[in-house]
Amino acid sequence: MSLLNDLVNLNLCDVTEKVIAEYIWIGGSGMDMRSKARTLPGPESDPSRLPKWNYDGSSTEQATGDNSEVIICPQAIFRDPFRRGRNMLVMCDAYAPTGDPIPTNKRFNADKIFSHPDVIAEEPWYGIEQEYTLFQKDTKWPLGWPVGGFPAPQGPYYCGVGSDKAFGRDIVDSHYKACLFAGIDISGINGEVMPGQWEFQVGPVTGISSGDQVWMARYILERITEIAGAVLSFDPKPVLGDWNGAGAHTNYSTKSMRNDGGINVINEAIEKLSKRHKEHIAAYGKGNERRLTGLHETADINTFSWGVANRGASVRVGRDTEKEGKGYFEDRRPSSNMDPYVVTSMIAETTILWKP
Amino acid sequence: MSLINNFIKFDLNETTRKSIAEYLWIGGSGKDLRSKARTLPEPVTDPAKLPLWNFDGSSTDQAPGDDSEVILRPQAVFRDPFRGGSNILVMCDTYTPAGYPIPTNKRFNADKIFNHPDVAAEEPWFGIEQEYTLLQKDTRWPLGWPVGGFPGPQGPYYCGVGADKSFGRDIVDAHYKACLYAGINISGINGEVMPAQWEFQVGPATGISAGDQLWVARYILERITEIAGVVLSFDPKPIPGDWNGAGAHTNYSTKSMRNDGGINVIRKAIEKLGLRHKQHIAAYGEGNDRRLTGRHETADINSFSWGVANRGASIRVGRDTEKAGKGYFEDRRPASNMDPYVVTSMIAETTILWKP
Repeated sequence: MSLLNDLVNLNLCDVTEKVIAEYIWIGGSGMDMRSKARTLPGPESDPSRLPKWNYDGSSTEQATGDNSEVIICPQAIFRDPFRRGRNMLVMCDAYAPTGDPIPTNKRFNADKIFSHPDVIAEEPWYGIEQEYTLFQKDTKWPLGWPVGGFPAPQGPYYCGVGSDKAFGRDIVDSHYKACLFAGIDISGINGEVMPGQWEFQVGPVTGISSGDQVWMARYILERITEIAGAVLSFDPKPVLGDWNGAGAHTNYSTKSMRNDGGINVINEAIEKLSKRHKEHIAAYGKGNERRLTGLHETADINTFSWGVANRGASVRVGRDTEKEGKGYFEDRRPSSNMDPYVVTSMIAETTILWKP
Repeated sequence: MSLINNFIKFDLNETTRKSIAEYLWIGGSGKDLRSKARTLPEPVTDPAKLPLWNFDGSSTDQAPGDDSEVILRPQAVFRDPFRGGSNILVMCDTYTPAGYPIPTNKRFNADKIFNHPDVAAEEPWFGIEQEYTLLQKDTRWPLGWPVGGFPGPQGPYYCGVGADKSFGRDIVDAHYKACLYAGINISGINGEVMPAQWEFQVGPATGISAGDQLWVARYILERITEIAGVVLSFDPKPIPGDWNGAGAHTNYSTKSMRNDGGINVIRKAIEKLGLRHKQHIAAYGEGNDRRLTGRHETADINSFSWGVANRGASIRVGRDTEKAGKGYFEDRRPASNMDPYVVTSMIAETTILWKP
């Protein structure tokens, strides 16, 4: 097998100028990621200089067989941690041949919002806490759980260590380094309350780049679980019962919030969010009603609430922010399967552009 | 195992000027690849400077036992990704001792067509999309499929990522780099619609070189699956039922097609191909009738059709070509087990030389 690894790890830099670019896009379900690779004549760091490409949309439920081409446009480049060298991963979004974004392309609208002068002026920062669950491949039961049964109740697993408490750390740690190598702003990782569940955080990242980086981090994670032979799940409530769900808490601040007196801007922003609770919830991920029950460190899906250091609220303001009178706040409502383009741009739109 | 690997990876350049040449040829079935190696006194890169060789044709269904020598004539040289250093892979074709091409030598005729002045003047380019299926060694059931059963229906696998959607990526990625190292113009790879089915593309390559490069790419792939302990299949319909077949779509253009007004040359070429549909189909690979059913993104084997962006047609013209008024087209009829020497030269012959 090591001979196979030698070939996979071949460093082509001595032999050719050519580089391999893996083009990555979001498929028809809005959650499935797809990718394919092409050879380019030389290295490139500017996505606008990469060629557009196309794929068979009829195979991803994004076009019909007789008019199957969907165009993919490079939007962000990252170093490829799997092929290394000068090879790259390219995050793309999808368009019809006419040039219009296809319905599942949520980046397009997000980019419009982030390009609005009022939004640009506020330099919106995002820190997204992506939770996920690892499953055994053939049984579809969480990694480390006894097949046909359950582990001991939650308690020992959050940030836990030991073979009876931490399941899948090698996946998490390789993902951490792979993301740093790729150029993603991954700020940390931790084991979660439910065994087999983990979290990584991406941020702070400005504007549209937050969505690009979270999607790329998700792709890298699924490539790593593929290597490890484990199945990745972003389901918000993977196991029913007294087991935590998985979210994607989104931390947010604008320039005004980060400056002196910011706490007032934060209060106004939270009030605006409270007036659009239903609209946000509808866009915060499918199946969230199974997770946002009011138990297991969530707020009930039907009520909007906020509080300092309150993990049972929809929005939480940290004690640091309260003390300094400026900072950021955490929207705890988005589920793990949310689309970061949608969530980040909607938070910016509601708090900066929307007038009640 | 690591001691054996040390020897395999030995760099002989420090101790000797000798190099190893692996001579490759196509065996008696027209589909099986064969090879054996010899020591050269020093590195060679020009096929014309390599010695002719011979092999026991009675062991490959290519000669009788009492007159068994078949002559190997080097035609193309590539760097050996397995032995590294200055070692080479040599693509050969086969002749009787009297100097005539043996019946399974399809390269000879193809070369005559490509050397015709009218064909040479048109600089025919080929891009071949080679699909293939990976099978478990002992069960001959596709890689990653449950033994005795089936995976979930097609949908998630095309360009998919994740342990439950992508089977055998390390083989595919090792092959990509190995081919680039060897000097093959491999332009990309992607996961296919049927799980455990993959595709790589070779091209654009001019004339006879397309066939040489594709055959060597197939050889490298089979060497890699040999290392991985997996069986390689070029069968055009490996699993009957609602599972895609495997093709070798052949993209084609001539100088005239690539220049302004090329779209008219393309239309004429497609028309000529339509008039010789039966002859082409007969040469486009054994067992293609199991694949070309009119379903699963194929056109029915008995009818000839073409369309822009239409994956259910015999020939597809891309939207880019339609828009630019020049470019190339895709013949979707060839099966994965086609002989690229036959297909490429026949397309050139029909579209450039043949008069209806």
